[in-house]
Amino acid sequence: MSSEIAIHTRGLTRRFGRLVAVDHVDLEIPRAAIYGFLGPNGSGKSTTIRMLCGLLTPSEGEAEVLGLQMPRDAEKLRRKLGYMTQRFSLYEDLSVRENLEFLAEIYSLDSARRAARIAALLDEFRLADRAEQRAGTLSGGQRQRLALAAATLHEPELLFLDEPTSAVDPQSRRDFWESLFDLVERGTTILVSTHYMDEAERCHGLAILDRGRIVASGAPERLMREIDAAVLEIEGSELRAVREVLAQIREVQSVAQLGQRLHALVDRAVAEPEVRLARALDSAGVEARVSLARASLEDVFVAATRGRRESEVRA
Amino acid sequence: MTGLSRSLSRVAAIARKEFRHLRRDRLTGGRVAGVPLMMTVLFGYAINQDVRHLRAGVVDLAGTQSARLLVQEAQATQVIDVVARAESVAALEQLLVAGRIAVGIVIPADFERRSAKGDRARAQLLVDGGDPIVLGAARGLVSLPVADRFANPALAAWPRAPTFELRAYYNPERRSPVHIVPALCGVILTLTLVLFTAVAIVRERERGNLELLITTPVQTPELMIGKIAPYVGIGYAQVTLILLLGRYVFGVPIQGSLIDLYLGSGVFVAAALTFGLLISTLAETQFQAFQLAFVTFLPQILLSGFMFPFDGMPWPARWLAEVLPLTHFLRIVRGIILRGATLGDVWPDIWPLLLFFAVAISLSILRFRKRLD
Repeated sequence: MSSEIAIHTRGLTRRFGRLVAVDHVDLEIPRAAIYGFLGPNGSGKSTTIRMLCGLLTPSEGEAEVLGLQMPRDAEKLRRKLGYMTQRFSLYEDLSVRENLEFLAEIYSLDSARRAARIAALLDEFRLADRAEQRAGTLSGGQRQRLALAAATLHEPELLFLDEPTSAVDPQSRRDFWESLFDLVERGTTILVSTHYMDEAERCHGLAILDRGRIVASGAPERLMREIDAAVLEIEGSELRAVREVLAQIREVQSVAQLGQRLHALVDRAVAEPEVRLARALDSAGVEARVSLARASLEDVFVAATRGRRESEVRA
Repeated sequence: MTGLSRSLSRVAAIARKEFRHLRRDRLTGGRVAGVPLMMTVLFGYAINQDVRHLRAGVVDLAGTQSARLLVQEAQATQVIDVVARAESVAALEQLLVAGRIAVGIVIPADFERRSAKGDRARAQLLVDGGDPIVLGAARGLVSLPVADRFANPALAAWPRAPTFELRAYYNPERRSPVHIVPALCGVILTLTLVLFTAVAIVRERERGNLELLITTPVQTPELMIGKIAPYVGIGYAQVTLILLLGRYVFGVPIQGSLIDLYLGSGVFVAAALTFGLLISTLAETQFQAFQLAFVTFLPQILLSGFMFPFDGMPWPARWLAEVLPLTHFLRIVRGIILRGATLGDVWPDIWPLLLFFAVAISLSILRFRKRLD
């Protein structure tokens, strides 16, 4: 296997009793890039990450992380891996500095280098003036910066971030992503799970998960370009009436409202879909303008997850 | 750095972290010093096994002078205080049922005749048999020697020598605190130390810290040893506090060597802490850990010889008690404090504690997985 690949899985599956949390997931994640898992809660993002760091044993399939077999070689991966859990997992009754010192000792960082490394991290993550404050009293954004500082303390090759920005304001999220790009520039591979479209769009590569399965994967731009549906934008004053009309048309996959506009996904098989919809609206006596639009990641997500639901209904 | 020094520094890191948690917890002071202080003082005074001043009732159907003398003599022993008089045996029984008296003295109408003949007991004692300690004390009254003097006044001038002369070794004044305080030391250590470590692992699991910790290079034995290390210090602080209270409040002398006592306590402290740790690997929540810990407390307190003499128990109970750390520690601590035994003398109770420690920590390490499944 190429050393340019950080994570490789084949048929990775995890069952909890009768529930299949992760269902035959195949992944090939390159090094020094940000790879995203996009999916709703319960789509298997966390379970996949936990299998990749050796915390959960797969029910089936294989996973190779940095050339190490999981979960067999989990202990060897520890030093090369940074893991930011979904829930804040540092000690709330210890100060920012004490938390970092504790982990530095656990990772056997050189005592000479330790102080300098912690000072650099406090600086980088803008926590220097909070160093003596207890972690439990930090704000959401500060906690998240501390958690990322802790996960990168030992300069891991690989970073797993499980929904890192779920309790954070938009400005903190932007800053956070800046930090991630800095890390990637230094050669770190990052796997991040999210349910935010804008975050997913920032990733180099993306896998959309739905109920344990990968329903689409690739670079976000490619996914949007190659979406398996035509995206139409409808503007008008009677959007309610428009929706009712569109609901009658079989080829319309989904309709979502975005402010004063509607986004409709229409089957690729339909030729000139904008003409088709305009005619249908016209004959129903509803006034509206229909135009072709560029697909957003949300459209991709809707099209991908809907496709699977339909095939299930047919089966 | 070599592997071993890395390992030791990780143990130190865990221990330092635990110590910081303790320092930040507002209840720590209470649990470390308050509980031993309160329990030693309270129970040192309250638990008293030499029974005195039992409330007694009398029904005197004879009404003679020697009958009254008998009652006076019985009261002079201080075992009973006559607090009620009844007209009939039935009325006396009623007082006993109502709990107003613990002992009833029945002097039958033919008391004088019985005394003269000497073939039957002269009087009757009605005792609340529900309490074995009261029953035992009342038994002492049965052979009250004074009565014999009235049986044959001619012999009264020749006090009969008692069959046995009782001499209490190690506790000549037969004061309860001397017996109780060293044992309380073991009970208090069990209650506080087991609870400290019983929540040690579960707490991290509940708060989500464990998910991070198990993805670090820390090894399970390092985690376990680091977790109990700070509490050994706390155990020693408690032992010292209880011994000081025992010495200066209850006047309990320490016959043996203080070094032996501290070494023996150390072994017990380690055993109690790993007992808690084992509970912590079995429980899934802190609440479960507390429940499990409490389930183990009752057998320890009841079977260890703290409440009841060990030799009086049937063999299955004794066999179970031999597994419990407190049983061995009570023998060690009573031996060293009261009888001046050396560590060598109490070795038969040291090695079971060492074995318990080794088994419990091994099981804890085996039970703990650096996995979530």
